[in-house]
Amino acid sequence: MVRAEWAIFEDEYWAINNELDQLLGSSRAQNILLIDRTGQLIAHGGGEVGFDITSFASLCAADFEANYQLAKLIGESDFNTLFHQGARESMYLGKIAHGVVLVVLFDKQTTLGVVRLRVKQSVEKLNVIIDSLFEKLEYRHEEYDTFDDSFTEQAEAEIDNLFVD
Amino acid sequence: MSLINYSSREINCKIVYYGPGLGGKTTNIQYVYDKLAPDTKGKLVTLATEMDRTLFFDFLPLELGEVKGFKTRFHLYTVPGQVYYNASRKLILRGVDGVVFVGDSQDSRFEANIESLYNLHENLTEYDLELEKLPFVVQWNKRDVPGAVPVAELNEELNPEGYDHFEAVATVGTGVFDTLKCVAKKVLRELQST
Repeated sequence: MVRAEWAIFEDEYWAINNELDQLLGSSRAQNILLIDRTGQLIAHGGGEVGFDITSFASLCAADFEANYQLAKLIGESDFNTLFHQGARESMYLGKIAHGVVLVVLFDKQTTLGVVRLRVKQSVEKLNVIIDSLFEKLEYRHEEYDTFDDSFTEQAEAEIDNLFVD
Repeated sequence: MSLINYSSREINCKIVYYGPGLGGKTTNIQYVYDKLAPDTKGKLVTLATEMDRTLFFDFLPLELGEVKGFKTRFHLYTVPGQVYYNASRKLILRGVDGVVFVGDSQDSRFEANIESLYNLHENLTEYDLELEKLPFVVQWNKRDVPGAVPVAELNEELNPEGYDHFEAVATVGTGVFDTLKCVAKKVLRELQST
């Protein structure tokens, strides 16, 4: 059995991507990311971005986590959403089930009100998908567990090749 | 907490460099960044003060290439070493898959090493994690300083459990990749059958 605490399977992956596409259309946002609480990118909807999306995801998670700690300090259980306003681009972050975070990047083609409304509707659907994914993880099939000795051997060889002075 | 995406066939793992302030955590990551080919590394993100002290974290994504059809990535993080940034340290540890403790070999930093190790244990406990069950590697950095505490003594006092350890001079790269290789392999072994 794999020890990873969570994984994404084909069905949920496409269900998530479909939902992100719908949200892109209805909110008129530029880009939408779904990230986990540790900053790992789960899915991305929208066009090519002109920045490093991995770093962006990592910073978004840190942003959300720092604000979660701030909420606790002032006696709130959480901040469910965050909003960062820029002159041209803005960001709206919303919490989904199991610590997953939805990040919406948008410009003047839409408004915060529209984004907030559409995100609210979308979060409900994404919650269902993420919940079902976590349920599945408890009863995962062995067909998904492909990390055997040969995987480790190959990965270790890659590490030896890559990490050299 | 490694994330495996069976659909896009990706594996992401998180490695955190921990240790006392000014011990060389950022220097480790900076060396890795400088040495790796552009196609295997992402952007190095540093959230530091004007004095180049880590304020929140440094972040460097690395890509191993495809292994049995899976793109395998390591996300390297450092924590701020200064004592009063504990809230930040704690949240960087969330979902960690492997830890490197960068200890400072200077005699004057002996206490700081102890304090940082204790703090690591304490912060992991908050996530219901135990160091004994995590891939963990110790690096004794700054071996080049005059009067560096002998490695045997450092291990006896600070690493009595006998975790894998490496001697390093991170400013010139000595021991940096050996440490990273060791922890990365341990993390990948955790993915395998137990």
